[in-house]
Amino acid sequence: MELTLWTYEGPPHVGAMRVAASMEGVHYVLHAPQGDTYADLLFTMIERRDRRPPVTYTTFQARDLGGDTAELVKRSIQQAVDRFQPEALLVGESCTAELIQDQPGSLAHGMDLGVPVVSLDLPAYSKKENWGAAETLYQLCRGLLKDLVPPPGTAKPGPERWKQENRRPRVNLLGPSLLGFRCRDDVRELRSLLADHGIDVNVVAPLGARPADLIRLPAADANLCLYPEVAGPLCSWLERNFGTPVVRTVPIGIGATAQFLRELSSLLGLEPPELREADRSSRLPWYSKSVDSTYLTGKRVFIFADATHAIAAARIASRELGFTVVGLGSYSREQAREVRAAAQELGLEALISDDYLAVEQAMADAAPELVLGTQMERHSAKRLGIPCAVISAPLHVQDVPARYAPQMGWEGANVIFDSWVHPLMMGLEEHLIGMFRHDFEFVDGHFSHLEGASAPALQLPATAAGGASEVTPLSATPEGGALRWTASGEAELSRIPFFVRGKVRRNTEAYANERGVAEITEETLYEAKAHFSR
Amino acid sequence: MALTSTLPPVLRESGQREVFCGLTSIVWLHRRMPDAFFLVVGSRTCAHLIQSAAGVMIFAEPRFGTAILGERDLAGLADANEELDRLVGDLLARRPEIRTLFLVGSCPSEVIKLDLAKAAERINTRMQGRVRVVNYSGSGIETTFTQGEDGALTSLVPLLPSSPDPQLLIVGTLADGVEERFLSLFARMGLETVRTLPPRQSTDLPPVGPGTRLLLAQPFVADTVRALERRGAQRISAPYPLGVEGSCAWMAAAAAAFGIDPQRVAEVLDPLAERGRRALEPLRRKLEGKRLFLLPDSQLEIPLARFLHRECGMELVEVGTPYLDRQLMAEELPLLPEGTQLSEGQDVEKQLERVRASRPDLVVCGMGLANPLEAEGFATKWSIELVFSPIHGCDQAADLAELFARPLNRRELLQWN
Repeated sequence: MELTLWTYEGPPHVGAMRVAASMEGVHYVLHAPQGDTYADLLFTMIERRDRRPPVTYTTFQARDLGGDTAELVKRSIQQAVDRFQPEALLVGESCTAELIQDQPGSLAHGMDLGVPVVSLDLPAYSKKENWGAAETLYQLCRGLLKDLVPPPGTAKPGPERWKQENRRPRVNLLGPSLLGFRCRDDVRELRSLLADHGIDVNVVAPLGARPADLIRLPAADANLCLYPEVAGPLCSWLERNFGTPVVRTVPIGIGATAQFLRELSSLLGLEPPELREADRSSRLPWYSKSVDSTYLTGKRVFIFADATHAIAAARIASRELGFTVVGLGSYSREQAREVRAAAQELGLEALISDDYLAVEQAMADAAPELVLGTQMERHSAKRLGIPCAVISAPLHVQDVPARYAPQMGWEGANVIFDSWVHPLMMGLEEHLIGMFRHDFEFVDGHFSHLEGASAPALQLPATAAGGASEVTPLSATPEGGALRWTASGEAELSRIPFFVRGKVRRNTEAYANERGVAEITEETLYEAKAHFSR
Repeated sequence: MALTSTLPPVLRESGQREVFCGLTSIVWLHRRMPDAFFLVVGSRTCAHLIQSAAGVMIFAEPRFGTAILGERDLAGLADANEELDRLVGDLLARRPEIRTLFLVGSCPSEVIKLDLAKAAERINTRMQGRVRVVNYSGSGIETTFTQGEDGALTSLVPLLPSSPDPQLLIVGTLADGVEERFLSLFARMGLETVRTLPPRQSTDLPPVGPGTRLLLAQPFVADTVRALERRGAQRISAPYPLGVEGSCAWMAAAAAAFGIDPQRVAEVLDPLAERGRRALEPLRRKLEGKRLFLLPDSQLEIPLARFLHRECGMELVEVGTPYLDRQLMAEELPLLPEGTQLSEGQDVEKQLERVRASRPDLVVCGMGLANPLEAEGFATKWSIELVFSPIHGCDQAADLAELFARPLNRRELLQWN
């Protein structure tokens, strides 16, 4: 038994719903009590879907338990098939039905339904949403393809067979689903990226696929495992049984997209991609190199997300934006190994947890200047007064934007640059604010991008807000007696531009005070400057 | 009651129900009693439901949570009890400000017959009065949506002190502002001793006894009423305080029960009613003649239908309710227009077919159905908003009507050419 206040993932049957609702022609009969119908709103509200997910719930009640719930299951299955006429039927149960052991899958197999039936066994008391999505996609494909698996020993077709077959190479895009982060736009971006390289898309699944499309999966020359949380097991199964090679590099960020293209080209026997493609196709490299971005150097960033987006974010942050990653973690236990490896590369220990309070504590301890996380981290960051960009599910309706906003490919890199940098202060603006920060006009206002956070870095060590903030403005008469500016000190001070003069005066006085210096000469001023610039 | 016979037979359906379970009511109950914690003993689904229904995760540590059963707990019941004790101990150590702990049963805990009453008793003994532990079921196999509040309140009844003194006890959660308004209006009529259940502090429980008269603010508190009646309280039969008519009748019924001079009541209520009707007038013009279909959800459907028909002139196509409690609806049903089709329970696919066939101007429904219906061309109103918004009382009548007028106004505002 474990106490949970907020949760990153729903139960595994919600993962199955994500697969069913992402597809066309699939219906899911779920043996579940009425309360479980709440899951519909994840799709109709968060994803703003214009139709209900294709799910029939048996909505059994306590009074049914004494009687024949199996009969209720069969009735629900028959009615769903009659009404929706699916091309494939998923049958499963939620946590409560698992306890009463009606075996809805077996019941469905015993009925003459005339459609392929896939029975889902998703252990609700040990597994979670992403696992459920991956298992459902795998079981559905396996169920539809198992009779087509070539017998052991059959020669597997090579990824370069397209040359013999006199056609363009073609690949499957696996993993995009509803309630995944920006999947809709990632698919569009990848279609266009692949088209630019002369590669056709064979099937996208589960998003937008029909059962008949899944039967065409083995016709691809390669599988792109875009979201390992959902597509990992399916890709491995297709590789083992149909010999389809898998590209596992997730093309999020400049380096990863280039690597993805190199891997794919080499696998398919295509010309290697042009070296300058990234610079030509995305603005991120130039924007990151441009002088304004100097101010991004060494920004402390804390990352927590699903494994796919956490790993990608760590790479982009550290290599492409020059941030310092001060924390990296994920709630995806199934991909913990990969996250740990990514963290180790950055000299960090990965935080693998689904306890958002532990994540919030780690965030506070790491004292970051930017948080890249899920909706959970957005709330934690807001409480701590730290800017945040959302990079991963779990989603809020605002993470399903009307505009085209992919994460993958060249345009994805552009979107990432904007959405991560905007929460930080723009470079020059920040520079000026640093100079003016002690002037009363700037007391409020310059943290307006925090959307209502009342004060910066409330519960963090002072270092988080930058060295200068440790210096409190001194009163005219500093404690410990008279503090006097010599003529040379005043003269030097007067040479400093007026808009930073006040800050320099206060810093110098603080420095003098700290060290018990009574007389401020020009040397004191320069020593103070050297002290604060460390 | 004679008027009820003019209603056609209730359409009773059993099929797929598209209604939240009783756990959902934690979302407003925990806000009502800031010194209480609601611990659901259930599954990841329960945790995900409350989180999704609440919609926002704005609290660092909310005052509700889920003790998620794992495979180990299901293996043996003794183990689950020990685990629960340990978890509650940790929770209360971490949250010392908590005065009342509600152990909330769920579908899985009911099915495995985890005895939360025993658990509450055990933990109570251990806590030695520092925290009061009570239990109820919010499970979806036994309760719908708003019924969770009924369970929570029922669990508090045994803790209420006894008092034979005359008092008015308002039962059911009201928005704080609305409640204050009612208390001040009752005071103006000369009705000073008015208490509320749930109280604003879980420890500030109202007394109950033979002098207690119950006035129901919400129509879903049947079990609570029965428990209070067993303690000697008597229910005042009244319509619910929605709209000018319902609110005035509700307050007047309470005043009458305490023998307050009708003249004095009228002096207080008449100006309110006049002002309320004036505020309603422009909204009535918007809603008049519009056809309304209410899907079963919050259990507020019947009083809302009465208000929207009688005070706003809407035509009622179908009034769905999760369950029909004739006793608690005794004052409401005769106010429905002749021929109103009531439906009880749900077969959501069939009901949606009736929606499509009857082409209503506005559909009141849950969040899972709203956007799909909008996409089919129907204006909708989320019923969950009705349990979060201050809608009770004469002064709120126009606000309540506005909730229904807004989707219609919006459709007129939007232009695409």
